[in-house]
Amino acid sequence: MTDAEELLRELASGERRPLARLLTRIEADDPSLRPLLPELFRAGHGAHVVGVTGPPGSGKSTLVNALTAEWRRRGRRVGILAIDPSSPYTGGSIMGDRIRMMDHAADHDVFMRSMASRGELGGLAAATWLAVAALDAAGYDPIVIETVGAGQSEVEIARLAETTVVVEVPDMGDEVQAIKAGLLEVADVIAVNKGDRPGADRAARQLRAMLSTAGGRVERKPPPVLLTTAISGDGVSALADAIEKHRATANQPEQARARARNQLRRALADLSHRRAAANHEWESTVQAVADRKVDPLTAAEQLVNDVSS
Amino acid sequence: MSDEGRTTPIRVLIAKPGLDGHDRGAKVLARGLRDEGFEVIYTGLRQTPEMIADAAEQEDVDVIGLSILSGAHMALLPRTVQLVRERGMDDVLIAAGGIIPDADIGKLKDAGIAEIFGPGTSIGQIARYFRENARQPRD
Repeated sequence: MTDAEELLRELASGERRPLARLLTRIEADDPSLRPLLPELFRAGHGAHVVGVTGPPGSGKSTLVNALTAEWRRRGRRVGILAIDPSSPYTGGSIMGDRIRMMDHAADHDVFMRSMASRGELGGLAAATWLAVAALDAAGYDPIVIETVGAGQSEVEIARLAETTVVVEVPDMGDEVQAIKAGLLEVADVIAVNKGDRPGADRAARQLRAMLSTAGGRVERKPPPVLLTTAISGDGVSALADAIEKHRATANQPEQARARARNQLRRALADLSHRRAAANHEWESTVQAVADRKVDPLTAAEQLVNDVSS
Repeated sequence: MSDEGRTTPIRVLIAKPGLDGHDRGAKVLARGLRDEGFEVIYTGLRQTPEMIADAAEQEDVDVIGLSILSGAHMALLPRTVQLVRERGMDDVLIAAGGIIPDADIGKLKDAGIAEIFGPGTSIGQIARYFRENARQPRD
């Protein structure tokens, strides 16, 4: 049996440890994985990849927990990647998404992994992409990518998903805050969470009104806005339905192809970035630019040419 | 052994088995280890040994830090070690902290708790211990 066959057999067995080990190797960008990747990708079952993002404290983890319970009732095996930022100063990170997910800790049909973003050299989107492929090969469907929607990189990762759920809260300030956040542009479904709070209905109405007049997405219908109360489970079943429905409509062949190509473009750009950053000329190039011996654009071209030659 | 040359951060699961009423210490430790460059996964209060072992397995951590104040350590800590080992995680370092009488320390070490950190231990001491004793990444 080849290494790849052995790995795929282990993943398909439903055992959690081989998958956990594989995710560690993916996160470490382990070069010995390279030859296994083509088969890993081929082994995917085409799981529905669902991004969940939103500002800190909006209740993403609690909502993912409630959605997971709903999906389990529907007989699905759920994979979750919860991504948290690493400190740019120490490289450390605290990942607390499990606190709200412990309902499912002992359920062998739920696999959750916390991933730290590990620095600024890119690579996160690529690592997430491979991690999704691993969960897919292991038979989890749907696969949730949960990120804090606080920065561009998080938005990018959410966009690896087929269906992106943006979680908002009623007291986010006026609707201009929602526009500024930039998150709504990537939303396929919007959940106004903490729906039991005063003003939740009004916030949902305002969002709907704003989205129906907003430009930029004229080719698509505005995303549905749903009220949820993750802690009680209210509205979660409707949210699961909306996620399902989005996939059904987004999978029109033409749209699906365009979307897949966009994802590929981003992930490949990210991988190229990582290769460029691994170039042994990287540090000296940075220094050369700092010393103004080379201009940044020429330096970038040199790095890319070095990698491809 | 040390983490010299290690390219990825050490992953630590901080968990609180049993019925402790607060987790101030565990949170301070989680924060402190983050500042020391560790990737810390925190699971919150009132965990069973099964939940801790299952979380450790999925997260593929290098270290498990168990914080316990309730006095139930003789029941919960050896059970957690046993479940972690049963899941094939032989090389994961398991340490404990909290309120644990000296008389129990030897028995807990016999049960597979590598080290016990009592009140007054600094974050730096714990970080150093984890760096020196955590497994090395495998290829």
